[in-house]
Amino acid sequence: MPDHSAAADFLATDLTGALALASTATDADVDRALRASRRSLADLGALLSPVAAGRLEEMAALAHAATVRRFGRMVRLFAPLYLSNECVSTCTYCGFSSGNEIARRTLSPAEVAVEARTLTGRGFRHLLLVAGEHARIVSKDYLVECVGALAADVPSVSLETQVWDTATYRRLVEAGCEGLVVYQEVYDRDTYASLHLKGKKRNYDWRLAAPDRAAEAGMRSLSLGALLGLEPDWRSDVLALAAHASALLRRWWRCEVAVSVPRMRPAAGDFEPVRPVTDREYVQILCALRLALPDVGITLSTRESPAFRDAAFKLGVTQMSAGSQTEPGGYAEPGGAEPQFEVSDTRSPAEVAAALRAAGYDPVWKDTIGARVSDADPAQSRH
Amino acid sequence: MQDALVIAGREFGSRLFLGTGKFPSNAALEAAIVSSGTEMVTVALRRIDVTAEEDILDPVDPGKVLLLTNTSGADDAEEAVRLARLARSGGYPTWIKLEITPEPRYLLPDGVETLKAAEILCREGFTVLPYVNADPVLCKRLEEVGCATVMPLGSWIGSNQGLRTKAALEIIIEQSFVPVVVDAGIGAPSQAAEAMEMGAGAVLVNTAIGTAGDPAAMADAFRMAVVAGRQAFRSGLPGVGRAAEASSPLTGFLN
Repeated sequence: MPDHSAAADFLATDLTGALALASTATDADVDRALRASRRSLADLGALLSPVAAGRLEEMAALAHAATVRRFGRMVRLFAPLYLSNECVSTCTYCGFSSGNEIARRTLSPAEVAVEARTLTGRGFRHLLLVAGEHARIVSKDYLVECVGALAADVPSVSLETQVWDTATYRRLVEAGCEGLVVYQEVYDRDTYASLHLKGKKRNYDWRLAAPDRAAEAGMRSLSLGALLGLEPDWRSDVLALAAHASALLRRWWRCEVAVSVPRMRPAAGDFEPVRPVTDREYVQILCALRLALPDVGITLSTRESPAFRDAAFKLGVTQMSAGSQTEPGGYAEPGGAEPQFEVSDTRSPAEVAAALRAAGYDPVWKDTIGARVSDADPAQSRH
Repeated sequence: MQDALVIAGREFGSRLFLGTGKFPSNAALEAAIVSSGTEMVTVALRRIDVTAEEDILDPVDPGKVLLLTNTSGADDAEEAVRLARLARSGGYPTWIKLEITPEPRYLLPDGVETLKAAEILCREGFTVLPYVNADPVLCKRLEEVGCATVMPLGSWIGSNQGLRTKAALEIIIEQSFVPVVVDAGIGAPSQAAEAMEMGAGAVLVNTAIGTAGDPAAMADAFRMAVVAGRQAFRSGLPGVGRAAEASSPLTGFLN
């Protein structure tokens, strides 16, 4: 692990006290955490504890107020654009896993541009390019080409693919990539090893340090995530995620940092969540994360139901996907390939935006000055 | 009494400037613009999307208010200059609120980069209103390179903590030849009034209005506070007594 990296800082973070509080916090511990003006990871532990579950309404009120003060009554909307479901990794929970007999497809850069036009036509200005892990088919050059194909028409392009080295991230930034999304999926090393059976994704440390490499390469925004349901003890996963995010905020102080904690959804391969997270627990997680990390973005995915999203987004959420298709080519021509997972909120982007407006919130489609560019040629800029 | 604010030769009837972030809707923003009485509204270039069905610029009537585009999101001088040039080529007014805030958590301004960008933009004919820390020397340097105002923060953006930098603001107001606009951190009308009582030329408010339960009513409250604070300043505030007055003169024995 490189020195002076958030990954190293995270691994050196002692979470023992916070983990203990997550299971044994008393009412007094929760009181202290709720009253604190700046909250530590120990406070987060207390807020994730079973005792804090009895204080959910208080937590929700504080989380809502903190979000409005920091971000306003607004939610940024984005769409995932799946480039390819080819994958050489075997990950037991993922629909794209290499062992699964599914229809595979990789979009050409021209097809990617068609998908993007469909999405910009629906209002989106923030797109997240997603692909399985296949270094030959979904290669560095291919990704640079895809990002470049969108640069002129899409104000904000982010990437969620296999993780790369710093030089590749630099090429992607130069092509117009603004942000990186990396799910560590699960932070416990043993659980991680038991789920990631084959492929580059087995290398926990290389993945953990990907946001550091992206930040070094000039990515403006870094998003982390844990997939809830893989780890029997969700409290330890959420604490680790928050510790990793805190380390990134401190080490890469110029970057915007966001976190995401989607719950497992059914996918090809029939993986059953080890420990499903209930709605009440999920709300507790969202509120606790917002209170412990008041400045980070929190993403809420279409894996959640419309009813849940319409109620829970006020408790800390800053960005949401909408109208998502998780199969490559699914926007322009749905049905041609296997999706990564089943979407639960199937409403159109316009319907999601209308629901936000009805709740007194502004759906924000564009909020970016684009990727960091080193020259000042207006023809290259994409504000 | 005649008391217009003049910035770069343009008169403003209101000393309340309004930011446009964090409003729940364009309708709420429009209502707040009207009830604030503001004549200067700042909009982040990062939010403008003229190709969209509904744009954040829609509520801004250029016949009634001056559109002050801002460079929010810029990390350094180069990015800010690039954004300002884009704004000009996009046909927006050449008044720029220069915001260089490389640190996205507290959005604190980078004084080194701000001065660099201000020099370039002033030379290129922009009217530059820089957002800065409450640093009196930096404010003088910005004035020297030709900035039309200085906009020191009261406390960090969105914090609603009021005039935490009061001691430095007093020095800036005392030393400046350009209007001093207290920007950021003003969370209540009383804090806006306090800045005006100190002799600030204007205040810029956003979060406190945009996130209020009723933004239009809050904008009206700020309008009144700014007028009251200005009038108090102009009327000559009595000084605050700093020591008890002895009932028998302490130097009476000298007579």
